[in-house]
Amino acid sequence: MPDITRNPFSRRHLLTGAGRTLSLAAVSLIVGSKMKTASAADVSQDVKILNAAISLEHEGIAAYQIAATSGLLQPAVVEIGVAFQGHHKGHRDLLVKAVETLGGKPSAEKSLDEYAKDLNAASLKNQTDVLRLALGLERGAANAYLGLIPSLGPDFHQVAAQMAGDEAFHAAILANALGEPIPKDALIFG
Amino acid sequence: MKRQLNIMLCCCAALLSSSVFANDAKIPTAATATQLISEGDSVAPNAVSDDQIAAGGRLYKQRCGGCHSLDRNRIGPRHRGVYGRKAGSVGDFSYSEALQNFDVVWTESTLDKWLENPTAFANGTSMGFRLRKAEERKVVIAYLKSLSDTAESRGKK
Ligand code: HEC
Repeated sequence: MPDITRNPFSRRHLLTGAGRTLSLAAVSLIVGSKMKTASAADVSQDVKILNAAISLEHEGIAAYQIAATSGLLQPAVVEIGVAFQGHHKGHRDLLVKAVETLGGKPSAEKSLDEYAKDLNAASLKNQTDVLRLALGLERGAANAYLGLIPSLGPDFHQVAAQMAGDEAFHAAILANALGEPIPKDALIFG
Repeated sequence: MKRQLNIMLCCCAALLSSSVFANDAKIPTAATATQLISEGDSVAPNAVSDDQIAAGGRLYKQRCGGCHSLDRNRIGPRHRGVYGRKAGSVGDFSYSEALQNFDVVWTESTLDKWLENPTAFANGTSMGFRLRKAEERKVVIAYLKSLSDTAESRGKK
């Protein structure tokens, strides 16, 4: 732990041990304190990765918005979509808070029109198309979170795994709605 | 021998499509051979089978598709033509500084290092996603490469 003892504002005062063992809860207790320690590079690396996750959640929120207002879904399906969108908003809010707490600037969302183009929403013709798009995104998101856990600092491992869990839950419901068979083998994601 | 290889390739494709990779021993040797020889031009570079490329495409959709598309910038930059391109060179994507200044051309070996651990390869990148298994990286890279290849450069099939 180089330098840490020389810096009165170092995170030594906030950490019980060496290294980056700060929990998300602990991070939120120290909003405003600048982290200029040996692990500043790790912190800014986390900010970068968390910001990519925020972008992912922005896109997911937009996708459900586009789906819900497409006129292609039965009311009961809209309801499910809105519930899932609520989960994505929850993820976004947590991630935004984490990035701000680390001293970063959360990534901004694009316009709904841009997301519609990016996701090729114009090609959606019926409810099945919409469900397929949503399934692809949720599956991708579950896998994305699982794959970035090892690159994140340990403070964020659990929350990223929780988010992967939510996306996997969404994917399972969507796959079931589409009549997809249950995967035979274990380790369905990741 | 040839039939045996074909069976192995099919086996690999089936494994890939179910996204379970329990056994490293099931990688077709052809892929390994290509990996080693494809930097040179002297050997026909078609040792990566169409099955492997197709498997790479499925894996791409499942693992990369949360963030990437071939023709649209999303969370990450669009990917068509990325093989053989300089890193950080999609004009209308806003890269991290790390990738903008990353002086690397995407080839089999650079993509392999990147996908194994992007933040170690290009410190400060915003892509944290890792593809842990070598055989998964191999087929995804083969798929990306196939999108850059012309029919001739892939050799006759
Ligand atoms: C969590 C989202 C996410 C996932 C999942 C993801 N990427 Fe990325 N990828 C990004 C981001 C963000 C960038 C831009 C990085 C930067 O600017 O530092 C990127 C950049 C790249 C680049 C560099 C492209 C260029 O133009 O230089 C390649 C190659 C790449 N990704 C391949 C992949 C592959 C292959 C997969 C799947 C195995 C994958 N990525 C999965 C977010 C992701």
